[in-house]
Amino acid sequence: MLAPSLRRAARWRSDLSSSGSATSSEVSLERVFREEAGRLTASLVRLLGDFDLAEDLVSEALLEALEHWPKDGMPERPGAWLLTTARRKGLDRLRRDAKQREKLALIGALPERPRREADDRLRLIFTCCHPALNRAAQVALTLRAVVGLTTPEIARAYLLPEPTLAKRIVRAKRKIVDAGIPYRVPGPDDLRPRLDEVLTVLYVVFSEGHLATGGDAPIRHDLARDAEWLAELVVRLLPDEPEPLGLLALIRLHLARWSARLDGQGRLVLLEHQDRSLWDRRAIAEAVRLIHRAAALHRLGPYQVQAAIAAVHCEAPTWEETDWREIFGLYTMLLALDPSPVVRLNRAIARSHVEGPGKALAEIDEVRDRLDHYHLFHATRAVLLRDLGREAEAVTAGRRASALTTNSAEQALIERRLAGDVDSLANAGKVVDGA
Amino acid sequence: MKYMLLLTRGEWEDTAPEDERQHIYAEIGEWWGKLAAKGKIVGGHQLQPPHTATTLVLNGRREPTVIDGPFMEAKESIGGYGILEVADLDEALAIARTFPSPSSKVEVRPVIER
Repeated sequence: MLAPSLRRAARWRSDLSSSGSATSSEVSLERVFREEAGRLTASLVRLLGDFDLAEDLVSEALLEALEHWPKDGMPERPGAWLLTTARRKGLDRLRRDAKQREKLALIGALPERPRREADDRLRLIFTCCHPALNRAAQVALTLRAVVGLTTPEIARAYLLPEPTLAKRIVRAKRKIVDAGIPYRVPGPDDLRPRLDEVLTVLYVVFSEGHLATGGDAPIRHDLARDAEWLAELVVRLLPDEPEPLGLLALIRLHLARWSARLDGQGRLVLLEHQDRSLWDRRAIAEAVRLIHRAAALHRLGPYQVQAAIAAVHCEAPTWEETDWREIFGLYTMLLALDPSPVVRLNRAIARSHVEGPGKALAEIDEVRDRLDHYHLFHATRAVLLRDLGREAEAVTAGRRASALTTNSAEQALIERRLAGDVDSLANAGKVVDGA
Repeated sequence: MKYMLLLTRGEWEDTAPEDERQHIYAEIGEWWGKLAAKGKIVGGHQLQPPHTATTLVLNGRREPTVIDGPFMEAKESIGGYGILEVADLDEALAIARTFPSPSSKVEVRPVIER
């Protein structure tokens, strides 16, 4: 069926239905849609064992909600309303379609009202992020099934042709069914590694929104917000796991600085030059509280440390007052948890502020073999070489960095020879790392 | 569900000293026996080395071409296969990862049951 852009439709409808201040009803309709549609899709997948049918019924129910709710007001229990509608739509459809008769009994047996205690979205998330699916498929399926984005919306966000995205999603769903990928939350033995997989998928979505890997737009706000919403959902569903809290804090710390990241011409602004009065101090304080909540669970992990690093940056009143010793120590901790060359590169930047550019250059040259294809490696070298007064080498390194990046905003940034942004280095690093 | 574990020959099969190889084969034998006793492995074999393979290329009505060797040009060659009877992919993957070869690839693929 035609996949309608429901979120956009929800905004548009509420604009029409209210005079003047559309904001609150718009926000609440969108939030209800996202919450309830996700829940309903997840339980229908479980009850019907059929992704496509579940999604279709939910879309149809939402379309009907768009017809009625703006006129008649939102029902008291929107979830129950949607389930009843989805059930009726399913029965109608199956009566028309003789081939699917055996599903009729399943749909007839759907509960009249959703059970509030069961939230099937956690299984849905784990299934969409199953390690037997490749990363691109995990991302597409999570955005489709859990967030409820339409295929055209996902294609637009990733600058991919719609048929490519559609094929990717169809293939992933087929693999889930044909390969016997279970629809359940992993048991205690598997939970941690599988949760890491989920968090990586969320981080990849966030990174793509935060610093796009291709194209002209440096920032795609919607994807970053979707990732925030997903991380918050995982926190709610697994409240005793510290790493989702760390990831949520990390995302929120970046979002808190969102409005300072681009200048009037849409160019990226380095952390060093950002107008810190534009940062959302309240959001920063809230994110720091999430880090403390995670720390109280006493299981350190890479997202918590990255969030702590971001928090040190956020809490510095000025660039000059940044506590680089603290940041260097945190990167050393991160390196122990995640001994990757990108983390070493980032630690080297912190080192340059503590011990000087010479020591830092020596450290990054040790990972040259593994990062030679990585633009930020050369961008960082360029800055360190310039600080050491080796101007000619700095220019060569800067050219190499610029030639290696695919994002034109970032290219412009490097070309402006301002590539010392630790903040964007750390994040763009993750884009490359996780892609 | 039934899955096939398609196992590559590990490099050790050609390079490890005889006593080490025998030790690994014994471990694999024990692993196999345990899973078979639990009804998780319901079939399978170790295969003779690839030099024993003969490949036929069928071309419709024409006489088949005969190749002395396996059909795969890849570095890896198939060393054996097992058929699992398990609940789902997670259980199949959990078994596959315990295959006690020091270096192998294990492809896990559902079987079509008719």
